Amino acid sequence: MMALARRIGAGLRGTLVDVGAATRLLFTLLARSPRALGRFVLVREQVFYLGNRSLSIIGVSGLFVGFVLALQGYYTLQRYGSAEAVGMLVALSLVRELGPVVTALLFAGRAGTSLTAEIGLMKAGEQLTAMEMMAVDPVQRVLAPRFWGGFIAMPLLAAVFSAVGIIGGWLVAVPLIGIDAGAFWSQMQGGVDIWSDVGNGVIKSLVFGLTATFVALLQGYTCKPTPEGVSAATTRTVVLSSLAVLGLDFMLTATMFSI
Amino acid sequence: MQSSRHDAWVGLFVLIGGAALLFLALKAGNLLSLNFDETYQVSARFDNIGGLKPRAAVKSAGVVIGRVESISFDDKTFQAKVTINLNKGALFPKDSSAKILTAGLLGEQYIGLEPGADEKNLVAGDVIRQTQSAVVLENLIGQFINSKASDMGSTTPASGSKP
Repeated sequence: MMALARRIGAGLRGTLVDVGAATRLLFTLLARSPRALGRFVLVREQVFYLGNRSLSIIGVSGLFVGFVLALQGYYTLQRYGSAEAVGMLVALSLVRELGPVVTALLFAGRAGTSLTAEIGLMKAGEQLTAMEMMAVDPVQRVLAPRFWGGFIAMPLLAAVFSAVGIIGGWLVAVPLIGIDAGAFWSQMQGGVDIWSDVGNGVIKSLVFGLTATFVALLQGYTCKPTPEGVSAATTRTVVLSSLAVLGLDFMLTATMFSI
Repeated sequence: MQSSRHDAWVGLFVLIGGAALLFLALKAGNLLSLNFDETYQVSARFDNIGGLKPRAAVKSAGVVIGRVESISFDDKTFQAKVTINLNKGALFPKDSSAKILTAGLLGEQYIGLEPGADEKNLVAGDVIRQTQSAVVLENLIGQFINSKASDMGSTTPASGSKP
């Protein structure tokens, strides 16, 4: 009984310590950001590694998600005789939910893991310690450019995902199924609002970009400096950022689209 | 200004992202049709608005000529007060009538405006007098049952008087 209480207490304390360390890192990161953004070339490098290199997986996934949405939407909608509304269905689901969320999940898997592994290996190889010895702040030089690179890349990737998905939906709905192209676009334009749908989707993707990038950086920065530690941190990055993105998505949806 | 060898690719990526946002805004969201036309505001009172929502269309002869701005409840007359923004280009006689219609069988509801014959036109702040409420399915069913019941009531004594 005593041992159980001790275990619960230790677990709780460990969680509190982790949350505290994460918050401290976040504030250090934000405090050092102005100087890191001053050397914008580093951020641009990171936009290249996080954004450009993720473009292919985002584009291909978006295309196939659009295909599937159009097929499934058509299957259900044609029972009610409103197959033309498939354009609206595809656009609304992509712009509001699937674009930001699926992009964030893919981003965590594609870019987040590489961030964690990179920083974890830097730590294991004592490169971060060496930087501190040379009076270079690793948070400012290594973490902050990656953080802002992810922040810039993520909304652009989500927009590409949604746009390619809509084109994919059009490809299935109009040439393949034979829905009238004019009805497809006009239903979409009638149903999608520029601020409440597209704008909120962009806000979501910004929030998810910050979350996924920060979780990846935190896991890399606080991992055990051993091969096992780095591999465990990489796994935790995927698990934690996916859960955080899905949880945040529910909260954002509840506040944005409630009437 | 330091430069790196990836700058051109980063620029391309940002351009692609911007183009995607523009595509979503123009093609999916239809930013171009957001009308910044000048409007004037009139209001109408309805006994029952059914499922009418703010931003619903106001149509005349099937053409969208305005939007519902807001809907509120008036506890003096126990009616719904609907504020409507009509496009400046669409002038209507003072005695025009408004009714709440439904697009399709289960579609969304909109306001249909029928022009009257008055010489003067509606101006900002006017109230549309003649209105017709939304058709509520439950009321229709209730009327149907009532009329059936009264039919039955009138036939029962006749059948009872038979030998």
